[in-house]
Amino acid sequence: MNWTVFGQTLLLMWQGMAAVFIVMMVIYIFVLALYIGAHKRSDRKNGTQKLK
Amino acid sequence: MEFLTQGLLALTWKQLVMYAVGGLLIWLAVKKEMEPALLLPMGFGAILVNIPMSGVIDQTMAGAGQVQGIIDWLFEVGVHAAEAMPLLLFIGIGAMIDFGPVLSNPKLLLFGAAAQFGVFLTISAASLLGFDLVDAASIGIIGAADGPTSILVSLTLGSKYIGAIAVAAYSYMALVPIIQPFAIRLCTTRKERLIRMPYEPKSVSHTARLLFPIGVTLVAGLVAPASVSLVGFLMFGNLIRECGVLENLSQTAQKELANLITLLLGITIAASMKAESFVNLQTVMIMGLGVLAFVFDTVAGCLFAKLMNLFSKHKINPMVGAAGISAFPMSSRVIQKMGLKEDPTNHLLMHAVGANVAGQIGSVIVGGVILGLVPGMLG
Repeated sequence: MNWTVFGQTLLLMWQGMAAVFIVMMVIYIFVLALYIGAHKRSDRKNGTQKLK
Repeated sequence: MEFLTQGLLALTWKQLVMYAVGGLLIWLAVKKEMEPALLLPMGFGAILVNIPMSGVIDQTMAGAGQVQGIIDWLFEVGVHAAEAMPLLLFIGIGAMIDFGPVLSNPKLLLFGAAAQFGVFLTISAASLLGFDLVDAASIGIIGAADGPTSILVSLTLGSKYIGAIAVAAYSYMALVPIIQPFAIRLCTTRKERLIRMPYEPKSVSHTARLLFPIGVTLVAGLVAPASVSLVGFLMFGNLIRECGVLENLSQTAQKELANLITLLLGITIAASMKAESFVNLQTVMIMGLGVLAFVFDTVAGCLFAKLMNLFSKHKINPMVGAAGISAFPMSSRVIQKMGLKEDPTNHLLMHAVGANVAGQIGSVIVGGVILGLVPGMLG
């Protein structure tokens, strides 16, 4: 067993999971924006948006 | 007449083992209906490439010199040169996926990220068994539960074990209904498995469906450029599906293209199943690590759901987290079945489908991330 390779895999785990979560979080924010946008528009169409 | 016995006399015990492996794959495909579209061509291919002096692989023949074999040629052109076959398959897969469930409940996207933890844990486990970083990373990607991604990553990194990795990736995907319930029970209590999640279906606009594949490609491409080929082809297929004006192309991508590539990919991958490189202890270890990868994915998904429950008002059934892998739709079906087993009125299917399609995105992103990080670590 090579401890240097094992150390590299731990670094890969840390950097890899961070990268996957960052990409998925950005996609999440993008989808959330689409979701909110779409529902605000449908609320406006149905006249159900709250009046200020 | 000596030439008639040449083949028989050249037969090695390793080749006989490969005939048994080929037979087993065909049996699993036909009798157990486990991923038959891939396991059957792979099984038959394993027999074809292991016939002594087989005409389907490259040979040096006395008097004729170097003779090219069709399976080696298909592997070189269709897979090795630009990973064309697995990438083209992604167009078909993208055209088959409806991202609606995840668009109507965006937080399910996070499960697609959490379940990928199993990939990295398996990479570390593989390194503990003596594999170098390239091979460990290629083995770990089995945990993405995505056959084409596994093939593409192991090919691009130049792993020696692509045949075993492809066999493990596809056969364990079919074993999800056995592996996942065991792993879920390992890390959840009955009380947690009984958590109810009301389903409030929300319509998803055409614009949102149209913008989703374009936005995801841009986001993934700008943050992790190595994932562009994987994410881009998946999302291209999805854009064809969702645009609404290319119905014929969408149907072709879902049926003819996907079927044709699947047919060729299975038999082409057999090029990496030659006895001398397949019959060894490493293959057995890869099979074991493959199971471990699926168990780690499932446990990571469940634990992440539990973590989210600490901060969320609306509790999530941890089993839904386990569906954040790419094995679609097997994983979501398993969760629905397990939910109904605990409580016949608790329907988790739509939540699990959302997590499952998020797993499809997560798996291609983790593939791209590994392709981006590993070469840098090797220097």
